[in-house]
Amino acid sequence: MGQALLEVKNLKKYFPVTGGFFKKTVGYIKATDDVSFKIKEGETLGLVGESGCGKSTTGRAILRLHEPTSGEIYYKGKDVINASKNEMKELRREMQIVFQDPYSSLNPRMTVGQIISEPIVQHGFMKKGKELEDRVCQLLEKCGLARYHINRYPHQFSGGQRQRIGIARALTLNPSFIVADEPVSALDVSIQSQVLNLMMDLQEELGLSYLFISHDLSVVRHISNRVGVMYLGSLVELSSKKELFQDPKHPYTRALLSAIPVANPKTKKKQIILKGDIPSNVNPPSGCKFHTRCPYAEDICKEQVPEFRKLGDEHFVACHLAK
Amino acid sequence: MKSEAIKKADAQKKNEEQEVVGLWEMVWANFKKNKLAVFGLIAISILILLVILAPIITPYERDAVDLLNAEQPPSMSHWLGTDELGRDYFTRILYGGRISLKVGLFSVGVSLVLGILFGGVSGFYGGWIDNILMRIAEIIYSFPFLPLAITLSAILGTKVSTENKMYMVMVIIGVLRFPGLARMIRGQILTLREQEFMQAATALGLSDSRKIFRHLIPNTFAYIIVNATLGVAGAIMSESALSFLGLGVVPPIPTWGNMVTYATRSYVLKNMPWLWIPPGFCIFIAVMSINLMGDGLRDAVDPKSNR
Repeated sequence: MGQALLEVKNLKKYFPVTGGFFKKTVGYIKATDDVSFKIKEGETLGLVGESGCGKSTTGRAILRLHEPTSGEIYYKGKDVINASKNEMKELRREMQIVFQDPYSSLNPRMTVGQIISEPIVQHGFMKKGKELEDRVCQLLEKCGLARYHINRYPHQFSGGQRQRIGIARALTLNPSFIVADEPVSALDVSIQSQVLNLMMDLQEELGLSYLFISHDLSVVRHISNRVGVMYLGSLVELSSKKELFQDPKHPYTRALLSAIPVANPKTKKKQIILKGDIPSNVNPPSGCKFHTRCPYAEDICKEQVPEFRKLGDEHFVACHLAK
Repeated sequence: MKSEAIKKADAQKKNEEQEVVGLWEMVWANFKKNKLAVFGLIAISILILLVILAPIITPYERDAVDLLNAEQPPSMSHWLGTDELGRDYFTRILYGGRISLKVGLFSVGVSLVLGILFGGVSGFYGGWIDNILMRIAEIIYSFPFLPLAITLSAILGTKVSTENKMYMVMVIIGVLRFPGLARMIRGQILTLREQEFMQAATALGLSDSRKIFRHLIPNTFAYIIVNATLGVAGAIMSESALSFLGLGVVPPIPTWGNMVTYATRSYVLKNMPWLWIPPGFCIFIAVMSINLMGDGLRDAVDPKSNR
């Protein structure tokens, strides 16, 4: 694993909440609030957290599908946030996304061939013709689909196959970084593993880096090298997969991990049950956002925002008490 | 036993094959079930065929004056009689139909182009662009159609030659009818643009025009076609109304609308019914069959109206 491919610094994305007759902005939903991380070449960073904690928003803000409110994003040293329209078009060849919903992520009026060939033609890589058709077929076959699927429409495929089309589309421009936004959570468990294995094979073959967003810890454990845990728009813990699963430092991470079901019904496991609900991300709690539900909370947690501290090798935690 | 299992598998296979029919096959299957709609389709097809084949069907020329045979009642040589200048009326009905149907089709074409442009652009961009375009559309929308159309054609009519009146009518009807279409397309696009495939298009760096016209508009085709079909009927009616009032296409170029004008003369109304019943009947058949067809299409396209 080499250089940092992608660097995200203090990324924030606030959605305005409007109210009243004149649509005055009455507040902001802090979907992604001060998130920083790096992704190295050929690496998979898993991003986990509850629904609504800002995982997807973070992924999409990196690709500027949601225009970030503030922060810095560098891809191979190039500034993504301030890139002009043309620079962004170049950058889009490098950074792609696979979506969660295999049904709404493919245009129902276009054949698979059109869906996959369109970006190649639009970016001027190839003209229409035999060569292009071969390239499309090659991509389809790489993603476990067949040549004859080229003239079919998305509704003629199953969920897993559609997800493969989505992956093939993401690969059309030869990217080196892919945001995978819960790519398997809409699929059957048996299909999930097929798609995951496909993604891992592609990673090996093409040297891809993934930002893998999921709420399923076992999936993240399977595919990631490093894992980040998000709570209410912020990263609370970031470390290598091994360390995170064996020695979680943040109380929230511990609670999450204790919720993973174990296949053996006889094992007795101590589950950490968190009290209360996730607070609103319009008015997040002061200090450490987690203090309202944290079993170990002390006075300092209510007052001071914890720093994202380095604890040991490549292990970061945002907690006053973690050692 | 074994054969039964095979049969079952075959039947299942057949079911699966049926499931993967495309949208248009499904629309056609639903459309066929509606007898009235099929009747409408057949009726309008016959009418269009007659009108296209006019030169083959009648031996007379459209404007051939024959004063010796003026005001003849229907006979073997003149199936629908002749008018006050001795022109064969059946011939004029056929050629008049050409103009009426052409105006209907092309004015819908004009409103389609405008509606797709306005609706697509304002739905896609939103914000102030949406505001400006939709306010323009609403201003046009808020005037009652006929008075505005009459005023426009009265003003423009003086500057346009008789030959070109047809095009003037097309443009007037098309421009006045596009706001409804634009609003419908905009509404569809507002929901479509939030779909993930549009985010994928953005992530792939596709241009805005490609996103609008290649990704969004094709997804509204079903609604556009229904709207356009019903629009053709409306446009034929509007053309007839304008031409009847002498503000649309004027003689010697015949249209069904200006041919019905004969009914305003009480002598003709009482004594020469062959001059006003046939064109009126043609308008009625054309508009009714297109409307029946359009209603059938709408039911066929809308998955919620499965009867």
